[in-house]
Amino acid sequence: MTPPVAGPVRVAVVDYGAGNLVSIEQALAAAGALVRRVLHEGDIGDAELLVVPGVGASAPAMDRLRGAGLVDPILRWIAADKPFLGICLGMQLLFASSDEDGAETLGVLPGRCVRLDEAPTLPHTGWNQVEARTAHPAFSGIASGADFYFVHSYVGQPIDDAIVLAETEHGRPFPSAVAARRLLGVQFHPERSGADGLRMLANVVAASRASGVA
Amino acid sequence: MLRRRVIPCLDVAAGRVVKGTRFVDLRDQGDPPELAERYAAEGADEIVFLDITAAPEGRSTLLDIVERTARRVFIPLTVGGGVGSVDDMRGVLRAGADKVGLNSRAVADPALIGRCAARFGSQAVVVAIDARLAAKSQAIPTGYEVVVNGGRDAMGIDAVEWAQRAVALGAGELLVTAIDRDGTGRGYDTDLLRQITAAVRVPVIASGGAAAPADFVAAVRDGGADAVLAAGIFHRREVSIAQVKQAMAAAGLPVRHMEATA
Repeated sequence: MTPPVAGPVRVAVVDYGAGNLVSIEQALAAAGALVRRVLHEGDIGDAELLVVPGVGASAPAMDRLRGAGLVDPILRWIAADKPFLGICLGMQLLFASSDEDGAETLGVLPGRCVRLDEAPTLPHTGWNQVEARTAHPAFSGIASGADFYFVHSYVGQPIDDAIVLAETEHGRPFPSAVAARRLLGVQFHPERSGADGLRMLANVVAASRASGVA
Repeated sequence: MLRRRVIPCLDVAAGRVVKGTRFVDLRDQGDPPELAERYAAEGADEIVFLDITAAPEGRSTLLDIVERTARRVFIPLTVGGGVGSVDDMRGVLRAGADKVGLNSRAVADPALIGRCAARFGSQAVVVAIDARLAAKSQAIPTGYEVVVNGGRDAMGIDAVEWAQRAVALGAGELLVTAIDRDGTGRGYDTDLLRQITAAVRVPVIASGGAAAPADFVAAVRDGGADAVLAAGIFHRREVSIAQVKQAMAAAGLPVRHMEATA
């Protein structure tokens, strides 16, 4: 029996010391979520959406996730097909490895992260266009080609091209959003991407509740 | 296509936004979170927040004002001033900054750049370089010398060489200020910008001297800058962000359009 759900969608944001949590919390709250920080597995509780944000390098991020005992809970969450959002490094960690430092990452998505060597400037820093390849509820109400904020040097290179939701061009096209079942990964920072970013987060938050009761 | 960014800069002293000429004669321009919100609504692509009295006063950044500012805007926030250690940088990021600017402390201790980049990634490390014209010499072959403390102290090192070294050490972006143009309205130093953008692959933010929309266009077209920064002319409403973007778009430069619903 599913109890009736009410109130704001409960969102758990993994805090593993990877930078700016203020903005992701603030943006999720503006998108209608009730946000909790996850330092340990027990903090996830009855969350409806799990968010892994993050900036920086893969190896230290994986070390901190392992040190906090969060790798297995994240893998179990994704294996159970519960709503998941990976942002920037949080998307890159979904792949099997990163060329950046040879880190072995979560391995949820077949493929690896590679340096965007074709880029005229690196890191790829600033607002760039996200071109939709496939319709997805996360981008509902957002025009294809809308600008989102990026700051990264590595990109995911999935083996299965079908998971690519959207692409962005900087020297070459790269996957700026990927999706598999209820998992979503975005290379840009929706929490720093103005009104369209907030709209995307609101879409993801709302879809988490809908999928939870479906 | 990657947009050229237009960035208002909040020079903060004692918790207020100030702006003077060449970092002196400071005049009050308002409350940092309020101004940041106004600029975000007007189409700013990013906000730079510089705690300009932190380094001279030997203290760390005003984290409460950083956090209040970060909570008011949903565009990127770069914070500089008084960051001298990995711990300082962690504090600024946790207060809500997306990137952190290193300036005088990095000149004194260049390895700081590498330590911060190793911990948080190069993309979060912005090295701010204040440069001014000097006599060409063996130590300063380009004739642009690095200065610190708002231009008060010359360091005897070449600005273009320092830019290359900072990037080799891990800087993911450079904020280049022509200190002898700052607050003068003489336009950006496109020669300085061109020399630095030709020498490094990371994005370069142009700063110092903007007075009219055409100056911003020149910094990108002639200087090769990825982003253009200004303070006083935006605070005093002499030029709007929209006017700058219109001029850039008219010159064929890619700029971000505000969301359709805005």
